Amino acid sequence: MNIAIKTDGLTRKFGDFTAVAGLSLTLPAGGVYGFLGPNGSGKSTAIRMLAGLLLPTGGSGSVLGLDILTQSEEIKKQIGYVSQKFSLYSDLTVYENLDFYGGLYSLKKTERAGRIEKALALTALTAQKDLPAANLSGGWRQRLALGCAVLHKPRLLLLDEATSGADPDARRLFWQLIYRFAAAGTTVLVTTHFLDEAEHCDRIAFIQDGAIIADDTPENLKASLPGALYKIPSPDPVGLLEGLSAQGHDMSGAYIRGQSLCVRTVGAPPRFAGDGTQKIAPALEDLFIYLVEKKRAKRHRP
Amino acid sequence: MILETLDLKKYFAGKQILKGISLAIKRGEIFGIVGPDGAGKTTFIRSVLGLYRPDGGSVSLFGGAGSEYPKSRVGYVPQQFSLNADMTVWENIALFSRLYGLPEALWAARAEKLLDMVWLGDFKNRLADSLSGGMKQKLALICGVIHEPEALFLDEPTTGVDPVSRREFWQMLYRLNRAGLTVAIATPYMDEVELCTRAAFFNQGQIRLVGAPAELLALYPYKLFAVRADNLRLILRRTLDLPVRAAYLQGTRLHVALDGESGLPALEEALAAAGLGAFAITPVRPTLDDLFSFAAGLPGPAGPGIGRAADLAPAAASSGGAP
Repeated sequence: MNIAIKTDGLTRKFGDFTAVAGLSLTLPAGGVYGFLGPNGSGKSTAIRMLAGLLLPTGGSGSVLGLDILTQSEEIKKQIGYVSQKFSLYSDLTVYENLDFYGGLYSLKKTERAGRIEKALALTALTAQKDLPAANLSGGWRQRLALGCAVLHKPRLLLLDEATSGADPDARRLFWQLIYRFAAAGTTVLVTTHFLDEAEHCDRIAFIQDGAIIADDTPENLKASLPGALYKIPSPDPVGLLEGLSAQGHDMSGAYIRGQSLCVRTVGAPPRFAGDGTQKIAPALEDLFIYLVEKKRAKRHRP
Repeated sequence: MILETLDLKKYFAGKQILKGISLAIKRGEIFGIVGPDGAGKTTFIRSVLGLYRPDGGSVSLFGGAGSEYPKSRVGYVPQQFSLNADMTVWENIALFSRLYGLPEALWAARAEKLLDMVWLGDFKNRLADSLSGGMKQKLALICGVIHEPEALFLDEPTTGVDPVSRREFWQMLYRLNRAGLTVAIATPYMDEVELCTRAAFFNQGQIRLVGAPAELLALYPYKLFAVRADNLRLILRRTLDLPVRAAYLQGTRLHVALDGESGLPALEEALAAAGLGAFAITPVRPTLDDLFSFAAGLPGPAGPGIGRAADLAPAAASSGGAP
């Protein structure tokens, strides 16, 4: 098995704050992997260490067989990295931005032009190539960022909230690009807060307080949610939720979906449920909420 | 009526961003403002609040004319909310309260209540800079309502916020709404639109659809089918070459929009002929995500065609890492 990423006890402290606390992970090459976790859980810090942009303060790791402690410069040449705030030059055109990144990756002039044409075609930006980057909408900007990040044909793509703020169609198009890279043999690691996107990952690691608390396929993760989910239709789901809380029912993990209240219970169906209550299949978001609230409850316990 | 715009127009650098928006938001609503990037959502909110001067049409807040409304009646949480990074959570709230001329006896009690509502009670003395993204947005919301406005305008406040924080953010919005606050919120999350009383779908500076979530769903014009299969990504690529209205992955399924039931046998036949493994097709009801795609102009055959990734991927043979 080819290994794309392997870390052992990877740790990063900022002063007395531990952002990443002993992350151990092995990702085989090929496929799409997801890092999920609450804001501030250490996902971005971990990715920046894998990208060779930040040195760990403890532990070790390798990316594409290169040591992240000693070979970060080489790593940068072999990976593509897109963060939410990817630096595009607003006053340069789409083409000029690609040309600039082609230069950073030391692509020869002759080779560069061909790669840029391919990146434009890939990201459906050929018609926009002479527009200043400043005039691009959010979805276009992110596609251009991806185009810039793959000019050197990286074997590993690190995408840190690359679709944040993008509209649903722009996200779908971006994910089609991700699949194409995965199909062509590129290993892709993404972080996202859109859990519908995460359903498409081959494997997911949940990260909280800088450590991995679950690591599996989306199917197995969803199956690990204890209890069952029920959807209770109601013309006033907010009122229903507040009423049930006031009656002393445990409503942690309950949430509103349109004209329904969704409740997770362990054991029999909730006894307050009326007609029309349906058992529903959990989504990754349900597991996410469960894991975060479980951890929080533990922390708040005296 | 909280807000009424009539044929609102706005240009930037000769380009028309708002092409005549007529919209009314009633007291007590949670109103969603939805649309693709560049649809004019932010420009609309800013024009309504008098931050931009409209180039045509009219705006009326609380029945008044133009931007002539008492600022104390409106709250605004912009995309990039300016919290003072080197001030604590409490100091940020204090600053906003003083800007609105609130006496400390009044705002301090409100602040305590609002902080507890979103689990920020323990973080009063933390610097805004060291808050997580979700916490920052909750603080922004508190600063936006500390003067108890009648109407609150929010511009994609939950972008980059994790699912748990997003729910807490919405629970707070709900409670404020039930206490009388009218909310207008731009969002890229369709599950949030589901929580709105009504929503308007913007595209290219115009309103394409407006109504309650259930009414909006009834406007979906196609027959929608869900395809389940092991090989969804390959099936998607094949489907995009077929004469379908739209095809895209939605969660763990592939959604395919057809003009009617009659197109189904041809679809099944083509997918079976492609030999991409077993699959199952069932009719499904559209969700707001599907409606978004319809209202925004469809991806797939009609959308931008993306190119080959193989051109910019390492050769398959060398795609692996260390042995």
